[in-house]
Amino acid sequence: MNKPSILIIDDEVQIRKLLEINLINHGYTPHHASTGKEGIALVASLNPDVVLLDLGLPDMSGHDVLRQLRDWYKKAVIVLSVQNSEEDIVKALDNGANDYLAKPFRVGELMARLRSAIRNNEVGETTQLVYVEDLEIDLVARIVKTNGEILKLTATEYSLLVLLVKNEGRVLTHQYLLKEVWGVSYQSETQYLRVFVAQLRKKIEKDPNHPKHIITVSGVGYRFG
Amino acid sequence: MQKKISKQYQILVCLLIILGLSVGLFFFKGYIDYRVVALVLLLVVSILAVSFDIIPVLVSAILSALILNLFFIEPVLHYKINNAESALLFVIYLVVALVNAVLTNRLRQQEAKVRDKEEKEKTIGLYNTLFSSLSHELKTPIATIIGAVDTLKDSGGLMTRDQRVDLYSEMEIASNRLNNQVENLLNMSRLESGILRIKTDWVDINDLIFSVIRKVPGVENHVILFLADERAPLFKLDTGLIETVLYCLIHNGARYTPEGSEVQISARYGDEFLEIVISDNGEGIPEEEKDRVFEKFYRRTNAGNGGTGLGLSIAKGLIEAHKGELTLNKSEAGGAEFRIKIPAEMSYLKNLKNE
Repeated sequence: MNKPSILIIDDEVQIRKLLEINLINHGYTPHHASTGKEGIALVASLNPDVVLLDLGLPDMSGHDVLRQLRDWYKKAVIVLSVQNSEEDIVKALDNGANDYLAKPFRVGELMARLRSAIRNNEVGETTQLVYVEDLEIDLVARIVKTNGEILKLTATEYSLLVLLVKNEGRVLTHQYLLKEVWGVSYQSETQYLRVFVAQLRKKIEKDPNHPKHIITVSGVGYRFG
Repeated sequence: MQKKISKQYQILVCLLIILGLSVGLFFFKGYIDYRVVALVLLLVVSILAVSFDIIPVLVSAILSALILNLFFIEPVLHYKINNAESALLFVIYLVVALVNAVLTNRLRQQEAKVRDKEEKEKTIGLYNTLFSSLSHELKTPIATIIGAVDTLKDSGGLMTRDQRVDLYSEMEIASNRLNNQVENLLNMSRLESGILRIKTDWVDINDLIFSVIRKVPGVENHVILFLADERAPLFKLDTGLIETVLYCLIHNGARYTPEGSEVQISARYGDEFLEIVISDNGEGIPEEEKDRVFEKFYRRTNAGNGGTGLGLSIAKGLIEAHKGELTLNKSEAGGAEFRIKIPAEMSYLKNLKNE
């Protein structure tokens, strides 16, 4: 298999250097762009597996780059930014980012997010069975098992879990989850989400207080895995 | 006294006082001499001079002189004065009242100047503390990082692996410290510039507390006790803000107590309020320092390196922005006990079983 190619769009030379060294060492092929325009052109010509995007670019806002990319680019975009308020994160995710990492970030964390973003690129609609550690989900038979035992989930719990699982590694915002599982009119009813996440964790997590599958991204949403 | 009341209003009040007093005195005209009236009026004008601006006081002085002349000095209702003695008294009255008004005003201006100067000196003092504390707290980690990098570049090849690993961890600690300080400074300026907006949303308090505990460095060397109340309702809070405060308090609890100490977290709630208590079994904070620890840049003498003295003052500011209060007491174990109490709407939806 070819080495996955990663495009870095960031105008800071030091950050690019740091990322390039690490990407090469982890078996990726890095490319880079230092402006938004150049970045969009390179995404079009290279079709990279993952784009690492900084929000503070010299020529245009990273949010605009994201919006333009999302019209035709379907693979993973991970935002790396010093803007780390909940609003910025939610905005980037709403504009189509798969994940968000605040600068300064730990390299280990970035590599883990990269791996899960690439894995997520490969999860197609045809996937029937999903295995995550002790968890097994059969999307066709609609059955969820932990350690081989079938779990009794309500319809809502199941839809919530499937939505999270299908977007493994991706942060899904509260609004997005509510819209997809409950419907457009529930978008601000975060209390439903809290209740169902807590219930779901009790069923699928070994220790619901220290969840391994459904991770809280506080003030923003949840991520599976 | 420095309250800015409009000039017109001040003049009106002065006029009413002088007129009221004059009418009062007029009733006793048969019993008291006009000289006494002059003294009483002068006294009142002097008192007015203490609390009002120069213009209203001058107006009072002139008005009272006219009243004295017209209603109390013979011939009444005529500006003429019959004898030299009364004329002299009238002139002296006017001069004393005016001089009094001007002098009092000048004295007040002088006082204001001194106060301004003191204020300025206090601000300069605070800035000096800020700059010396800041330059120390920012430059120390930078010096560590630059020094370590130089060492590795120059003689990294000659060093043992352990020595290199040591330098790397020093760089790591220094960078984390730097990052913390910058985060604190940004929080402080957000708080002080007033751009902080409270954005509330429903929060599962257990999830929030557990996730903060996981983020705090150094907790693995301490015993962190938090007994989650499974039936706790959801609260409407600003997640980011409460998280910052909890992080600061739990981090302090772990940082300023010896390894192996206990940091206990508990949450209580009542009608429309949530209370979170973070207590430890460390040395505690002496009574006389209880308020000072919340002051900006205040650091306890035994606090060690790595803090700016901003954490608690930011925490308090954030909680107050949330209309709550943050207080410090002695814990049952003799350590520090921080109590956050914030008003918060709650929802028991959590306990409903629904599809």
